[in-house]
Amino acid sequence: MIWVNFLLAHKNTMNKLNKFLRTLFLPVILVVTAFLFAWKSLPFNQFEPYTQEIPDSKQSFQMVPIPGGTFAMGSLVQEDEQPVHKVEISPFWMGAHEITWDIFELFLDKNYEQAIAEKPLPTQVDGLSRPSIPYLDMTFGMGKEGKPAIGMTQYGALQFCKWLYLKTGIFYRLPTEAEWEYAAKAGSQSKYFFGNDAALLGEYAWYDRNSGGTTQAIGQKKPNPWGLYDILGNVMEWTSDQYVNDAYTKRVETVEKDPRLPIQSLYPGSIRGGNYKSTSEDLRVSKRFYSKAEWKRIDPQIPKSQWWFPEAPFLGLRVVRPMNAPSQGEIMNYYNRPPIADY
Amino acid sequence: MEYLNKNPRRDFLKTSAIVTGGLMIQPFSLSGAYAAGSDEIKIAVIGCGGRGTGAVFQAFDTGHNIKLVAMADAFRDRIDKSYEPIFNKYGKDKVDVPEERKFAGFEGYKEAIKLADVVILAAPPGFRPDHFEEAVKQGKQIFMEKPVAIDATGIRKVLAAAEEAKKKKLNVVVGLQRHYQDNYRETVKRIHDGAVGDIIGGQVYWNDGGVWVNPRQPGQTEMEYQMRNWYYFNWLCGDHIVEQHVHNLDVANWVKNSYPVKAYGTGGRQVRTGKEYGEIFDHHSITFTYADGTVIFSECRHFPGATNRVDERFQGTKGNVYLSAGNHGILTEWGGKEIYNHNRDNNPNPYQVEHDELFDAIVKGEYKFADAENAAKSTMTAILGRYATYSGKEISWDEALNSTVDLMPERLAWDAMPKVLPNEEGFYPFAIPGKTKVI
Repeated sequence: MIWVNFLLAHKNTMNKLNKFLRTLFLPVILVVTAFLFAWKSLPFNQFEPYTQEIPDSKQSFQMVPIPGGTFAMGSLVQEDEQPVHKVEISPFWMGAHEITWDIFELFLDKNYEQAIAEKPLPTQVDGLSRPSIPYLDMTFGMGKEGKPAIGMTQYGALQFCKWLYLKTGIFYRLPTEAEWEYAAKAGSQSKYFFGNDAALLGEYAWYDRNSGGTTQAIGQKKPNPWGLYDILGNVMEWTSDQYVNDAYTKRVETVEKDPRLPIQSLYPGSIRGGNYKSTSEDLRVSKRFYSKAEWKRIDPQIPKSQWWFPEAPFLGLRVVRPMNAPSQGEIMNYYNRPPIADY
Repeated sequence: MEYLNKNPRRDFLKTSAIVTGGLMIQPFSLSGAYAAGSDEIKIAVIGCGGRGTGAVFQAFDTGHNIKLVAMADAFRDRIDKSYEPIFNKYGKDKVDVPEERKFAGFEGYKEAIKLADVVILAAPPGFRPDHFEEAVKQGKQIFMEKPVAIDATGIRKVLAAAEEAKKKKLNVVVGLQRHYQDNYRETVKRIHDGAVGDIIGGQVYWNDGGVWVNPRQPGQTEMEYQMRNWYYFNWLCGDHIVEQHVHNLDVANWVKNSYPVKAYGTGGRQVRTGKEYGEIFDHHSITFTYADGTVIFSECRHFPGATNRVDERFQGTKGNVYLSAGNHGILTEWGGKEIYNHNRDNNPNPYQVEHDELFDAIVKGEYKFADAENAAKSTMTAILGRYATYSGKEISWDEALNSTVDLMPERLAWDAMPKVLPNEEGFYPFAIPGKTKVI
């Protein structure tokens, strides 16, 4: 992928070279980029934790391996969490943390990304469709540095993943609802990944009892057994699924592998994890949430923004990377879903 | 000259008209079809961008019997982009805008206004004085967006038309929507009742990352380019201190029940220096002094990557105040005891409330809203701030309001030239404090 990007980025230059020079240099470039690619991807193949640097910036984020396996999805608490059913999940990496404003702001403002990079952005990154720069303060006074990015739509979260892909050459995407719950449970079968005692939540999560009504800098609490920080509380996290309240009732026949609920309509989208304003009950690992049109209620413009929810300061994202990346075509299909108009 | 406001405090009290304000509710009659027995209210929208379109939605969503009959915008494509979602959502019974009532160009607003009982004025701010003046002249009920002008010349026009609107008993609601937002209403009411004593200082902010840019297209005239990027040109926008920060300065004036007598400050272009950013500054930092000696500190900037802050804080003799558009409204005694903390959940949408209250008054035949004068003076506060940062000099309210500098082009047409033009490399001249004459 990296060398494909490299070649595309240098297409104009290539066209200017005469045929003789091209035939001479192309094999050399291919060998060098193939070597760089192999060298760069080597540690990833070992399915270990790794740090993803974001090129042309000082930002990076950590990814932790989530081993494949089978788990019991759902709970007996709420109707939409039933029945509890078996689901098989393929291995993937997941972000150890929620994506911060420090990273998200590079994506949302190309000129800012450009200013930080101090050299021209690659053509594809330059041409990417970006969020409208929000007229409102989307941090809602809660700060940026180390704080989770908030208020983006599912479309915005997906386009952020695309930006990451164009920057790094690695397929990042949103977790499915099943992947999210599997990773959050981390092999446990209790209310929380650490057991059933809500009194212990404060060690692991920011929620209504300890957050002071604001988002908190990532990674200050203990992680879950698979190394995921703030997986409960702080901000809710986007999944790539549609929220379908009776989805689980249709999965009783067989053990489904990597179930997905593709987006058919703008609302409701599937969201997980509770947030800084949630009660302990809403921080349960099986608790399901969904997006609402009313979160754009106070957007004074029509059409309403495809990118922002002015009234969802509790909603963020965490990325995943499947261990086995799909084909280039599948990747582009995933990212290039057109936005759905919102009045 | 009435607009030379020698006693801002008394004048404010006399003219402020936010529901609980000083205006007597007086009946009036609507002209046209509405008065002739139909309960249908005809509206026209002038300026069909995202905000104008949004305001049309809000007018419909009041639930009254409203029909959109005319649309005007300088750009034909803007009319079409606006018409489509309006028609799709509200349908042919509510949207009756045939080709001959879609007015593209600079002059179409006059015809569009004629066709309506109520007009929505949402073009870029530079056009507002002319549009408002025309709507008042034609005796229409008015919703207009903030800010209401971009220089003192425009402000004087708006103030004169505001007086005329009062004489004609025309309801005028201005989109300084904090006046229609519960946390502000409830908290400011308590401040005025003395909950934190006399307000003796404050800090108001609009610090965030900036707004959109539309790249220059081949074949665009200079006029079209500037119109497509109106945010970055003072004759259209007034700089972000006027276009955005007017909200926070307006809150300071509201809380103080007054307008500043002078301003002193600094500003410039520090991080947003590209040619695509026209002539406006990226930061302004100002102290506004009020007649009683109170100093309000104001700061606005467009710095991506830096910490955002959009809110208002005030200090009183007995306690302090925190307000934000995120429904904060907190009054605290010195020492920390909470006096009032507005419940942030389930507050009404202020953009909708503006229209609900305006159309409710119109349907009942009541004269309740005269927002234009305060909007003009709060806009003038922001313009005064810009004069101070652009010049680097202390400038008084009276000097500023009497400035005869007129930023508008001599002629409005696609082939006409705005007054500020790019150099050979495409960069626009911008103000240099200590050197630039602004008033």
